[in-house]
Amino acid sequence: MLNDDQVRHVAKLARIKLTDEEVKKFGKQLSSVLDYVNILAEVDTKDVAETSQVTGLKNVMDKDEVIKSQSTKSELLKCSELPVDSGQVRVIRVVK
Amino acid sequence: MGKLNELTISQAANGLKEKKFSSVDLLKDCLAAIEDKNGELNAFVTVDEEGAMKTAAAVDKKIAAGEVLPVLAGIPCGVKDLICTKGVRTTCCSPILKDFVPPYDATVIEKLKAQDMVMIGKTNLDEFACGGSSEHSCFGPTKNPFDLKRVAGGSSGGSAAAVTANMCMYTLGTDTGGSIRLPASFCGNYGMKVTYGRVSRSGVNAMASSWDTVGHFTKNTEDIATVLQAIAGKDRRDLTTPDREVPDYSKFLGQSVKGMKIGLPKQYFGEGVQKEIAEAVMKKVAILEKAGAEVMEVDLPSTKYAVAVYYVSIPAELSANLERFDGIRYGKKPLSDPKDLMDFYCEARGEGFGDEIKRRIMIGTYVLSAGYYDAYYKKAQKVRTVIINEFAQAFKKVDVMIGPVSPIPPFKIGEFMDDPLAMYMADALTIPVNAAGVPALACPAGKDKDGLPIGLQIIAPQFEEGRCIQVGDFLEKN
Repeated sequence: MLNDDQVRHVAKLARIKLTDEEVKKFGKQLSSVLDYVNILAEVDTKDVAETSQVTGLKNVMDKDEVIKSQSTKSELLKCSELPVDSGQVRVIRVVK
Repeated sequence: MGKLNELTISQAANGLKEKKFSSVDLLKDCLAAIEDKNGELNAFVTVDEEGAMKTAAAVDKKIAAGEVLPVLAGIPCGVKDLICTKGVRTTCCSPILKDFVPPYDATVIEKLKAQDMVMIGKTNLDEFACGGSSEHSCFGPTKNPFDLKRVAGGSSGGSAAAVTANMCMYTLGTDTGGSIRLPASFCGNYGMKVTYGRVSRSGVNAMASSWDTVGHFTKNTEDIATVLQAIAGKDRRDLTTPDREVPDYSKFLGQSVKGMKIGLPKQYFGEGVQKEIAEAVMKKVAILEKAGAEVMEVDLPSTKYAVAVYYVSIPAELSANLERFDGIRYGKKPLSDPKDLMDFYCEARGEGFGDEIKRRIMIGTYVLSAGYYDAYYKKAQKVRTVIINEFAQAFKKVDVMIGPVSPIPPFKIGEFMDDPLAMYMADALTIPVNAAGVPALACPAGKDKDGLPIGLQIIAPQFEEGRCIQVGDFLEKN
């Protein structure tokens, strides 16, 4: 069972703010899922490789050439709710 | 003239070709069905009447000018609201994207637009395609057209209900763990889950990149083949699409099943699968056997581990994919006044994501964190290999496998909302197919004693969608 501090730690790593009620609720639900997936331990996976790709593709390369994008820079900038300044999105100051 | 919205794609295309009616007529009947039924079903979350009217009128002009058009030209289509449509709001049914209007089209939309599609609107889903019931949508649940107290299935529930309610001729969806087949089964229509990589996912919001596929819902098998023909193939913008020929899928229609080897995975008819559902599927299998198909039992012993693999692997990949939603480049910024950038991220995501997304992101973050990575993530990816090998072994003996889509009938709205694990079990028979990356077609297999639809799935080896179509079409006609 994950305790409240563990849930808060995971939420912080995931950059999600939780209310105290959410911490309690998710702690229980997350624990039940994590308990359930422990059944994987039953499977003998000695000498079995992990799956990384299912159709056998390897090192897919594309031609190195400039292709036209469907959207313009100003269209992309319009997707942000934050102020746009000199063609960039302005965020909260990081360096003080 | 009957109601045009009840036509299939091929019937509608023929009518347009023979000038029996126009694309605008077709669209008007579909819009009337939406007007009439969407209030109770909640299948569409956005209807682009103006855009659809414009494209339909343009198609009619081309037809009047004597142009020969592709079969999908002028046919109304609904699109799962996870797939980007230029200039039309695409929300993923999440609060964080509620007002997002994409500046580009997904590749599937580009391909269908090249065929003069009429995009009628965007359909409801579980937030970011996470769920099996379409209840986890910020627009509220989609209801089952057969019983409004029950779910339409998910995550592509809106797309499934829209086809069943004749709001359009076909819809696009996505299937990561059953999100096309489960709602197709619950709503009694046809749903194609393609081979991993067969259809481009560029412009489709990523959930779990090694599992996600784009597919479609229709009213019959012939239409499944038509839409697949239009959307399958290599795409430079999605490098998981192999450079592999797309066969002529219409060639698989009207074929016999004589001599075909059909496997019944014994785990798909065993414990946890309702008797009435297993029996309905077996009735359909008997039709194939009578027609000369060879039916045999096959063994997929690790089926019972697939849900556990899924609920490690999917949250892991999803937690990485959804990192992009930070309220900065797109999506909702926080309503509160964050004190620094860290606070900004946490507030934007805390406010913008629903419960199921928060749960999955946290599970993913947990299983990928130092100390747990080997025990959870690596182990799950190894068990996935075991599942893949079992499919490969089975397909050495048989051409296709058949089983139920869902072990249970459509459940009541709210029934599993506080018990995520119980809801996950509805996907127990669909998830293994995604794990192996193989295609499967969900087809109707009758109704249960309460009049609720039962669905079966025809599973084929990778890139053999044609076999699914062959068997599905035979069952439909016999």
